[in-house]
Amino acid sequence: MAVREAEPVASLSEVKEAGLDREDLLQIYRNMVLTRGLEERGHILYRQGKIPGSFYTGRGNEASAVGVATAMGTDDVGTPLHRDMGVHVTRGVEPWRVLAQYMGRRDGPTKGKDGNVHMADARLGLIAMVSHLPAMLPVAVGCALAFRIREEQRVAVGWFGEGASARGDAHEAMTFAGTRRLPVVFVCDNNQWAYSTPTHLEYATEHVADRAVAYGFDGVVVDGTDVLAVYREAKRAIEKARQGGGPTLLECQTLRMEGHAVHDDAFYVPKELFEEWAKRDPIERFRLWLQEHANMTNEEDEEISSGVKKLLNDALQRADESPLPDPSELLDGVYATPEDLDTPHHK
Amino acid sequence: MAEKTYLQAISDGLRQEMRRDKRVFVIGEDVGVYGGAFKVTLGFQEEFGPWRVIDAPLAETAIVGSCTGAAMMGMRPVAEMQFADFISCAWDHLVTVAAKQRWRAGTPVPIVVRLPSGGGFSGGPFHSQNPESSFAHIPGLKVVCPATPEDAKGLIVSAIEDPNPVLYMEHKHLYRRIKGEVPDERYTVPIGKARTHREGEDVTVVTWGAMVYTADEAANQLDDVSVEIIDLRTILPWDKQAVLESARKTSKVLVLHEDTRTGGFGAEIAATIAEEAFEDLDAPPRRITAPDSPVPFSPTLEKAYIPQVEDVVKGLKELAEY
Repeated sequence: MAVREAEPVASLSEVKEAGLDREDLLQIYRNMVLTRGLEERGHILYRQGKIPGSFYTGRGNEASAVGVATAMGTDDVGTPLHRDMGVHVTRGVEPWRVLAQYMGRRDGPTKGKDGNVHMADARLGLIAMVSHLPAMLPVAVGCALAFRIREEQRVAVGWFGEGASARGDAHEAMTFAGTRRLPVVFVCDNNQWAYSTPTHLEYATEHVADRAVAYGFDGVVVDGTDVLAVYREAKRAIEKARQGGGPTLLECQTLRMEGHAVHDDAFYVPKELFEEWAKRDPIERFRLWLQEHANMTNEEDEEISSGVKKLLNDALQRADESPLPDPSELLDGVYATPEDLDTPHHK
Repeated sequence: MAEKTYLQAISDGLRQEMRRDKRVFVIGEDVGVYGGAFKVTLGFQEEFGPWRVIDAPLAETAIVGSCTGAAMMGMRPVAEMQFADFISCAWDHLVTVAAKQRWRAGTPVPIVVRLPSGGGFSGGPFHSQNPESSFAHIPGLKVVCPATPEDAKGLIVSAIEDPNPVLYMEHKHLYRRIKGEVPDERYTVPIGKARTHREGEDVTVVTWGAMVYTADEAANQLDDVSVEIIDLRTILPWDKQAVLESARKTSKVLVLHEDTRTGGFGAEIAATIAEEAFEDLDAPPRRITAPDSPVPFSPTLEKAYIPQVEDVVKGLKELAEY
């Protein structure tokens, strides 16, 4: 057991070894572009006054979210958080439903019961987050426990941030998963700021991943702006878990490129830090990599961008046509009925 | 049909469900090798193996939270809190995740959390509490509190079958003290239906758990007052109709519980009676409860804390004479 700092991915042959062909790479790029585009549309909707409450994005975290989600198998499950729109996108969420969710409409995954990224499509193997950020880690561990009891070759992925790492839920989840070597991967989106609180006030070790040693499994630190390195490390961790090798704590280092939410201008983050990390923009970085190593042409790039734009235009129109929920729906589903157990998760 | 203790009834119900349904598993502190602090799962690990009778680390959030995850993946977990008091450590998970997931995200959470609760044997402030009212306030949860061996078995089966998170409060003071006839076959007791423990004409006692027996002893001591005892059996949802019917019949109601007074579930019952049956009442609804203090350790203090038979006798007399 040790904490390892992952190297960047250098060449196309290395990528192929990790199981990705050129088409996969372009799909990853598209998912990142779509993720950012979706959240940028959210900003516009917010400014138009169409989003009640506040609005949260994962700008700067696209590589981390898409990289990990790409490494997951179809039957694997996960509990992504509010910086992980890329996970929903990669698993195939319909963008119009996300926009409907932002606006509190009936066709959002929560039908207006909950807001922003507090959503998930069970059919895609995802479980909706709550605001208490490490709270979903024990849930991810429970999914892994079910897989272990039934001896299925499936893996659960639980996301948390460096801020969430401070709470007991994270500790309990990792303790239990470690003792039973459950097939779960803990992904820490370390974006350096928990609202306004910097990392040194959240944990006293060099890395969050340093804790893995104490739980009896491996920790890996990876550059969260390098989608291919994230993918490679996530793939290793997921396949290791699938083979019975137990959990891994994968820490993806990024910078939260916007405020905690749209109401927060992040005055407390040094300007130089934003400038430094803007140079490592995950999408721009991967675009250049694709041009250099995979011969992505300008036409291909343009095709992806315009395809995403069209998809989002259509999504926006469809979401805007979705009605607000009727007040009579307020009490629907407080309690489940036996028929409700017939869901993708429960089968 | 055989005579069984309350504890055996819980154990039998649980074992029967585990034999019947492979999705059911048990998780908790010391539930495996040791058979549980109170031996409810004694012999389970030998029969079902270490992956269906799981000894968990001392981590209640991990225990209950992982039940939620496993339930979402199609399992039917039954968690044991070693003492109901320790549910405070998993309160956040139950209230934040388990209770709200169906409503907000459409994902049911069919889990059972067993809570050995109640005092009467110098357990002190952290091994004696009755936390039902904390959870009765949380939409999305269900709370059951069986008093008899028959209900203990029927309600554990119903709780496992239910598609929602169910808190199963088993009163420790009933474990070996209370015996009764329990059917051998599988059966359920509906969640949300009260049971008339004793029929009477003059005063209604609404109660649950160990207090059913305290009320019964008090009623036995009163020759000239005919007491009806409604054993609520389940707190959330609770059988409003049965309570209101009995209130209208006797016109006088005493609500009795072992939990503390302020914000205790008795307040909800008394308020409901006052709102909906006011004109049928011949006396104000009255509560007998523990006082607003932590549960004490020393026997003299604990006796002063837990409602005693003589307290109930006095309350019933006063109501009858009102």
